Amino acid sequence: MTQTAPAAATREAYPFALMELVEQGVDVVAIDADLSVSTMGYQFGEKYPERWYTVGVAEQNMVGIAAGLAACGKTAFIASFAAFLPGRCFDQLRTSVAQPRGGLNVKCVASHGGITVGEDGMSAQAIEDLALVTSLIPFDVVVPADFEAAKQAIVAVGKTTRPAYVRTGRPKVPAIYGAEYRFELGKATLLREGTDVTLIACGVLVGVALEAAKLLANEGISARVLDMATIKPVDREAVLSAARETGAIVTAEEHQTTGGLGTAVARVLAENAPVPMAFVGVDRYGTSGKWDELLTYFDLTPGRVAAAAREAISRKR
Amino acid sequence: MPTSVAPVSIDELKAIAKRIRAHIVEMVFEAQSGHPGGSLSAVELGVALYWNHLRCDPANPEDPDRDRFILSKGHATPFYYAVLAERGFFSTELLKGFRKLGSPLQGHPSMKALPGIEMSGGSLGQGLSFAIGHALAGRLDGRQFRCWVMLGDGELNEGQVWEAAMAVPHFSLGDRVIALVDRNGIQNDGFAEKIMRTDPRAMFAGFGWKVIECDGHDMAAVDAALSEAERPDERPRVVVAHTVKGKGVSFMENNPGFHGKAPTREQLEQALAQIGEGLA
Repeated sequence: MTQTAPAAATREAYPFALMELVEQGVDVVAIDADLSVSTMGYQFGEKYPERWYTVGVAEQNMVGIAAGLAACGKTAFIASFAAFLPGRCFDQLRTSVAQPRGGLNVKCVASHGGITVGEDGMSAQAIEDLALVTSLIPFDVVVPADFEAAKQAIVAVGKTTRPAYVRTGRPKVPAIYGAEYRFELGKATLLREGTDVTLIACGVLVGVALEAAKLLANEGISARVLDMATIKPVDREAVLSAARETGAIVTAEEHQTTGGLGTAVARVLAENAPVPMAFVGVDRYGTSGKWDELLTYFDLTPGRVAAAAREAISRKR
Repeated sequence: MPTSVAPVSIDELKAIAKRIRAHIVEMVFEAQSGHPGGSLSAVELGVALYWNHLRCDPANPEDPDRDRFILSKGHATPFYYAVLAERGFFSTELLKGFRKLGSPLQGHPSMKALPGIEMSGGSLGQGLSFAIGHALAGRLDGRQFRCWVMLGDGELNEGQVWEAAMAVPHFSLGDRVIALVDRNGIQNDGFAEKIMRTDPRAMFAGFGWKVIECDGHDMAAVDAALSEAERPDERPRVVVAHTVKGKGVSFMENNPGFHGKAPTREQLEQALAQIGEGLA
């Protein structure tokens, strides 16, 4: 893939995706809860003030209002930090959004996902959000890896009538994709071909997995790399092909190893094609630090992913 | 979409209220579960609203210009389903299926499971926010409908109600969102004064609402309070209806034990006799 775009945060894509949806005729109404300078929602509000509200620090009310807007035919977007959306309003997402009529048309775009939120420390570091939202039956769940993917993913969920959750991040991260990239909801992107093991990652960990594949290549291990941006519905075909063609799987995510990407992949494997699998994630609460320092602190590193790959390969029969 | 409502006489409303009360106790008896107390307390509010104030057409329940009634205290389904059926949204025959496998009438409302059911409920505190969403959409789309939201007084413990009560005046939605508080003074675990003391008048007034009080079982007073709530004002309006939990059935009245408990057959017959005599 070409890497021409400058580093950008995935959260920065949010207002541009909303503007694109409006320009395409989607009846978008967006709400923030006093974090719009961070979610970047305010930029949409500046362009379309009649389509944007801020409700103050009141995530539960935000969800309920979005549900009402959606019940009247609007495509309702809500934004906050991933620690608070869904953490502060899970019951509202369940009762007011997920359960009515097969799911109302409410899209959550939660920024500051994972531990790379950085200096704010453990209370702000969402490592449970994917477990919560994947449990909401009608929700699509997406964790894009770079600005371009985030923009296209938000546009894609904006065109469905289902509820969705898109997790974006705070730090500026290198571009993975060029202008030719086309995001498809529910489809993994093959970033590197390989035959010995498959590294399946989402979000910030996609770049880490690509680096891990290079380390493994130096040892003569051929690692496939998949960007599994859509965690729900997970791309079963890509997972099963990876299992059958490479025989070992490693998942890597900025989330607990339970309830997120790893769990979704393991489910597909367990039912259809059990192969050795290793999980890379964050299974403890965090601390303050710069985002890249924290990736090292939590060992979400190319070295760890490569080690997990070697270990999974060693279990092949 | 009717832009106004042809009013029904107070005597006729009282007769309808009797039928609603009979449905409530029969439904809860038949299901041997459900919430009779907070259903019986809400009857006059619901009847006066649905027959004399809510601009709706049961034959056209999806009309985007319809007024919305949003039941935030979702456990009052016996009351809600009985009102919708008597108002013509669906057959009263369906009431027999309440809380039973295969019936659309779940213990708590499921949005659009039947015509007229506006919101899924059961987890308290969510209705006022949902109404704000409807009201904002209505204003964006140039529609004039109102959203009437019924809250319980125990429900006011939920912080989300306070978030929403703050937002209604902030968004200048007073002519689009009207709150009704069924102030029956009892919540799940007992008397509200003991469980968590909340004065709805002080609460809503504190957020800048106009508080309209009435005897929630005096049909003429309720009807007049709803009329007053419809009148334009700088402030949003909340009707605080002073009610009696279990109203109309002597052994359920003001009895926390009948918040969520079904009567026996003997109690049912006693209840129906009292309702017929018009104790309410």
